[in-house]
Amino acid sequence: MSERLSVRKTYKLYIGGAFPRSESGRSYVVTGAKGEFLANASKASRKDVRDAVTAARKAFPGWSAATAYNRGQILYRIAEMLEGRRSQFVSEVAEADGVSGKKAGELVDAAVDRLVWYAGWSDKISSLRGSSNPVAGPYFNLSTPEPTGVVGIVAPPMGPLFGLVSVIAPVIVTGNTCVVIASERAPLPSITLAEVLATSDLPGGVVNILTGSSAEMAPWLAGHMDVNGIDLTGADAELAQKCEELAAENLKRVLRPNGKTDWAADPGTGRMTAFLETKTVWHPIGI
Amino acid sequence: MVSIPTASSNASLRASLHGLPGVDRVGADARAAGLGTRSIKTTAKRQAIDMAISMVDLTTLEGADTRGKVRAMCAKAVHPDPTDPTVPRVAAVCVYPDLVAEARDVVGSSGVKVASVATAFPSGRSSLEVKVADTAMAVAAGADEIDMVIDRGAFLSGDYLKVFEEIQAIKEACGEAHLKVILETGELATYDNVRRASWLAMMAGGDFIKTSTGKVQPAATLPVTLVMLEAVRDFRDREGRMVGVKPAGGIRTTKDAIKMLVLVNETAGPDWLDPDWFRLGASSVLNDLLMQRQKLTTGRYAGPDYFTLD
Repeated sequence: MSERLSVRKTYKLYIGGAFPRSESGRSYVVTGAKGEFLANASKASRKDVRDAVTAARKAFPGWSAATAYNRGQILYRIAEMLEGRRSQFVSEVAEADGVSGKKAGELVDAAVDRLVWYAGWSDKISSLRGSSNPVAGPYFNLSTPEPTGVVGIVAPPMGPLFGLVSVIAPVIVTGNTCVVIASERAPLPSITLAEVLATSDLPGGVVNILTGSSAEMAPWLAGHMDVNGIDLTGADAELAQKCEELAAENLKRVLRPNGKTDWAADPGTGRMTAFLETKTVWHPIGI
Repeated sequence: MVSIPTASSNASLRASLHGLPGVDRVGADARAAGLGTRSIKTTAKRQAIDMAISMVDLTTLEGADTRGKVRAMCAKAVHPDPTDPTVPRVAAVCVYPDLVAEARDVVGSSGVKVASVATAFPSGRSSLEVKVADTAMAVAAGADEIDMVIDRGAFLSGDYLKVFEEIQAIKEACGEAHLKVILETGELATYDNVRRASWLAMMAGGDFIKTSTGKVQPAATLPVTLVMLEAVRDFRDREGRMVGVKPAGGIRTTKDAIKMLVLVNETAGPDWLDPDWFRLGASSVLNDLLMQRQKLTTGRYAGPDYFTLD
């Protein structure tokens, strides 16, 4: 009997709930921590950025109108599905970061826990950020948080799974949709995460994941007039400055953390509140 | 083959129209799809976008149309992008007959034409008297162009003479106004019927042939437009009279519009690349054209938040 051929996985992009190749047809070689060949990944172009933004915009009305309870359930579901693929993620994280299997297992567990943690915030964030305001007149005055819209995310280069989950979850749990530029160095866990998202009841287009050069794609995202916010966590100083300048044109919300983020620490609510707007309603009393 | 104007009986019309060569459906689909893959970039794209804008018949044909909505749309027709005066105006606005006066008032002498649908649009199910009165009312209100619908029921049951005489009667009621004949290709079932209806409309005196009302799917597909462009080309070769073409309905993106322009140039020829001879019946495509234009100018992707809703 002949030896069985190995079936290798093709890593593609994740746009609008589908897994297309880059429109440019480009790909690049992804290597492990020791420089060994891991896989070829799609190298997305500006047109893939454009398509991803279109998909995210299309998904926004439905996702932002879903109840907080529903969004929380779906985030929790993502955590469940991620847990079910634990062994695959452990080996991908171990290869990408060059860490031991035990350490990689801890990182995957931390990513699952982070999702569960953010899932719990879905119906609580409005209590934290909303308020009833005393005003000088016969009115109820209520403020509630609303999602900003389409958010571009430059994912951190390190922590290909834990870091990625820690930037995506806070953006989508409040009702935003996003376009994520995955870690250029270690993009493979992000596409496996996309497979998890695609089977987690998360509507297509809420999260769109692009692999390739962040220096090439991020400026298009930052300059796009239909993107409402941008998270520059994974951009180096030079790229972040360029993106921040481009983002000024349509007054995007910009999240540019100072220094290195410690993903293991308590994340706080900052990443959620960075992409929330406040809506205030005046309602007359006694009519 | 086709002889004009011997349209005195159903039999002679039938002989003419059924004498037309059949359309190879697979070939037409493949030809249209092939032309749709042309890559139009940078300066050529910019020219194409400006040309497409100048060919748009900006349309609102909803039961919920108000005078205010028509006024807003007409203002947009004259100045599609208020932030950029280099954007050309569109060719025409297209409204229901009772709103023609409103549209006329806003477009004034800007050069934008006012087109009105008539003849019991969109079904065309009424008596000839009503259709003529409908047309006369729109013309009296100041319409430069009339978009009539043919009686598809009569056409499909082979009563070509009825359709022919109806178009002639409406043409007469139009007076100075241009007559566009809507074939409603989505209801004609075959490309052979599209070719026959095109010839029938041209023989009866239509100035334009238009694919669809926009109320029936499929509307202006590329192969149907291809068949109609071939018809106007052949008609000019034979009769020496040029007839315009207007695909309408389902044209939503700049890419769709540019594919249409390629089709015109390659099928009918560059003579038709003019707002007098080719129109795009649409509403949402204008914003996409403007967004693409802005992308070429500013180098950043434009967003719909910065353009008027329509």
